[in-house]
Amino acid sequence: MTAAASTAAPQPAAEPARPSAGPWRRALGRLRRNRSAMIAAVGLLLIVLACVLAPLYANTIAHTDPFTSNASGTAIVNGARVPVLAQSTEGLGLGVTPIGPTWDPGGYFLGADSQGRDVMARLLYGGRNSLLIGLSSAVLCCALATVLGVLAGYFGGWIDAVLSRFFDVIWAFPVYLLAICLSVVLLTSGLHLGPIHIDAGSLALPVVIIALIYVPYVARPLRGQVMALRNKEFLHAAVGLGASDLRIMRREVLPNVLPTVVVFLPLMTALNMLTESALSFLSVGVQSPDASWGTIINDGLALLYTRPAITIAAGLCVGLTAVALNVLGDGVRDALDPNARLRGGV
Amino acid sequence: MAGYILRRFGAAVLVLFAISVLVFLIFFATPGVDPAARIAGKNADPATLAQVRASFGFDKPLPVQYALMMKHLFISHDLTSFVNRGTLVIPQIVEAVPVTLSLVVGAAVIWMVLGVGMGTLAGAMRGTLVDPLVMLLGVFGVSLPVYWLGEVVNLVTQKELHDSVFSWVPPLGYAPLSEGVGQWALHLLFPWLTLALLYAGIYARLLRGELINALNEDYVRTARAKGLSERRILVKHALRCSLIPIVSLFGLDFGALVGGAALLTEVVFGLPGVGKLTYQALQNLDLPVIMGTVLYAAFFVVLANAVVDVLYARLDPRVRRA
Amino acid sequence: MPEPLLEVSDLRIRFGGFTAVDGLSFSVRPGEVLGVVGESGSGKSVSMLGVLGLIRTPGAEISGKVVFRGRDLLALKNAEMRAVRGREIAMIFQDPMTALTPVYTIGWQIAEQIRAHEKISKRAARDRAVALLGEVGIPSPEQRVDSYPHEFSGGMRQRAVIAMALSCNPALLIADEPTTALDVTTQAQILDLMRRLRADHGSAVVMITHDMGVVSEIADEVLVMYGGRAVERGSRRQVFHTPRHPYTWGLLDSVPRVRGARARRLPTIPGTPGAAGRGCPFADRCAHSFAACAEVPPLTGESGHLDACWLPEEKRTR
Repeated sequence: MTAAASTAAPQPAAEPARPSAGPWRRALGRLRRNRSAMIAAVGLLLIVLACVLAPLYANTIAHTDPFTSNASGTAIVNGARVPVLAQSTEGLGLGVTPIGPTWDPGGYFLGADSQGRDVMARLLYGGRNSLLIGLSSAVLCCALATVLGVLAGYFGGWIDAVLSRFFDVIWAFPVYLLAICLSVVLLTSGLHLGPIHIDAGSLALPVVIIALIYVPYVARPLRGQVMALRNKEFLHAAVGLGASDLRIMRREVLPNVLPTVVVFLPLMTALNMLTESALSFLSVGVQSPDASWGTIINDGLALLYTRPAITIAAGLCVGLTAVALNVLGDGVRDALDPNARLRGGV
Repeated sequence: MAGYILRRFGAAVLVLFAISVLVFLIFFATPGVDPAARIAGKNADPATLAQVRASFGFDKPLPVQYALMMKHLFISHDLTSFVNRGTLVIPQIVEAVPVTLSLVVGAAVIWMVLGVGMGTLAGAMRGTLVDPLVMLLGVFGVSLPVYWLGEVVNLVTQKELHDSVFSWVPPLGYAPLSEGVGQWALHLLFPWLTLALLYAGIYARLLRGELINALNEDYVRTARAKGLSERRILVKHALRCSLIPIVSLFGLDFGALVGGAALLTEVVFGLPGVGKLTYQALQNLDLPVIMGTVLYAAFFVVLANAVVDVLYARLDPRVRRA
Repeated sequence: MPEPLLEVSDLRIRFGGFTAVDGLSFSVRPGEVLGVVGESGSGKSVSMLGVLGLIRTPGAEISGKVVFRGRDLLALKNAEMRAVRGREIAMIFQDPMTALTPVYTIGWQIAEQIRAHEKISKRAARDRAVALLGEVGIPSPEQRVDSYPHEFSGGMRQRAVIAMALSCNPALLIADEPTTALDVTTQAQILDLMRRLRADHGSAVVMITHDMGVVSEIADEVLVMYGGRAVERGSRRQVFHTPRHPYTWGLLDSVPRVRGARARRLPTIPGTPGAAGRGCPFADRCAHSFAACAEVPPLTGESGHLDACWLPEEKRTR
């Protein structure tokens, strides 16, 4: 018996190994048996479903358009018709106080914002944007990072030197500040780079910006992994057989780093969604009249003491979604690659 | 060791240079729009535009423009906001820096103490109630938006319970140290706690994982075979080694905080720090201010990282010669 | 015959449903070297960790008696056991690369052990560390005492670990495959060193190894383990010249011979060690197994040479 047995009890053979089950299928099986990850997945699914069905809620249940201001609108509270925005009675009487939550799904379930728009409907539409930006920027970020990380790790030499220095500089740059710089510039003029044209108000802008700033976060550990792979025998064998670099990267390297990329995906989605909400909160993310959970928290800031429901509801949405994504991400990591070091990268 | 410190700070200077070039390129060389129009702000009159062009040398080649910007920032200190006609940027930043540092340093102390304490407890008492508690707090730490948590804290301490439990909480804002340490700390207490709580959760969870790994290491078994006490093994051997990755992460997070998360906390708690300054500049697209705050923040971040790396080398003998 | 220093009787170690050590008994006399041989998984390391109370796995059950200098170690309180560990019984582990805490100097770690058991000044502990490092053959120990583990080669680290183990002059040294992770030249040097140190310090040694060659060089007594049980026990001479258990035959056959006819291929023992079930644990892999092997054979024999096998006397030839 080796010394290692002193610290870990010998595991009885965990399950009969089915020869047909590939590593992905086995990981999926492990993930399925992880109860907290499954609860998180179900919760996430419900949130996504609610957001996808936002138009259904806005059009057929609440009968409201969440993107135009509705300053003179009315709502029915306790059977009485009241204006959505009431003149403030405090102070100088300037400003307005929107109605609070009616707790009636038929309209203004969570009240109205300062422009008289239905907060519940905006929350659902905002969730679409938050989730969409979080997910697509995570996908874009992981894709870019995989390409750069694999290139740097596989070729080494000057390619690695250039890319690594580039990662280092971005890494040393506080992510929010970098995002703010890019957003400020691009929000006024849009992005025009060669064949890529993104308009100033487009949702694609925050996606691209957030994806870019987190590339080193994912690329650095991947690069390290590829460098370790380079010394493995199966790679030497592939080189010995005369396979081209491209083929080796696609057939031998990529399948080996893919689990790590998949582990990163839910965690990056959570992180990117939080970044999006922070940028939107700072008004350099999603632009009005579009909504995201971050812009709604920002809308609610001015009404925090009178109508706290706006801020609290939007924040809970961001927080719960991020919790679900992180728990799911931890589950994916445990199932696929328990040794992955995510925070800190190296 | 001295050689290592020198090399590390040399690298820091290089990174700073690279960051300044990057910022310069983002603001001045993004293809598409006239940078003068951006700097002058929305709807600027032709006279202002001409003034901006002359001041930043937009008719000259890029390297000259870069040098001019650096001169405005670091030598003549006369970078001017055009949106707020004629306000000098640098003095504003210098005034705001102590606020930001007060916030971040205080929060960092709290979160390191809490995080290391809870993480050690959870790692050493695996299977007890502390353990899932720390794990939960860790998940919340990476998931809750700090500015939102700050708003909820404000709601409770300034409105809902302000008349009863939290009547001692001062209104939002900052009290400089000249008004006494007590007032200073009182005003910063909830910002500190808000910021620290989330990070403490993240760190506790990380440390717990590191500690559990360390306790399974061969050297811990050797320490047991030496006849050391469990407490000594935990603190002097396992914890000492587990802290190494935590410290390197601390450098990154501390830096990111000066630049990013603290910005949001400052906005929410009305603290007039560099972050609040940036936020106000963002509201009216005051580019010179944003440029200034970004570069000053980057300076602190890179400096903090360098200091932490030197500290790291003191902690881990293996990197000193690398 | 002198009183045994360590007497282990009927030691059983179970992890959940898995029996790692199943009724192991042996003894070590002062100054004697006991070689414990067996494949990975035979329970040799675990049993020694059990003797020292170093098994930390939750749910591990340990029973039996481990009498050391008249005290049952399994019944000692934690604090009393700590006073035994490192001072009266020291242990050396297999991999010197990971056995030392990476962030402290070698000297610090040796001094730490001395100061855990003796009230002496830091200065004096350090001086002793220097002397010990010199004794185990580390050149210019005054300088090397301030080196960190990563600045040492594998062989040097194992020397440092041995120096640390010997720092309190233990009566018993347990060495768990101390040479396995090292290259062949270094192995020989470390074995030499251990032999010399035993002569100088008079410690008894339990040498755990899977290498019959190592045992033949250093052991006085030999214990062969299989599937968590002792299958043969005797003096080195008895075990090497008249091995009685088929498993021992297999172990001896798989060592290349220097003299005599050379086998075409080194024989191997077919199969892999299985978990201890009912019956003789080796029966599945034994070429001589027969009906009686369905029951566990007792460890019996005469003149100190014991074995656990049902095979009748006339068939005990290789």
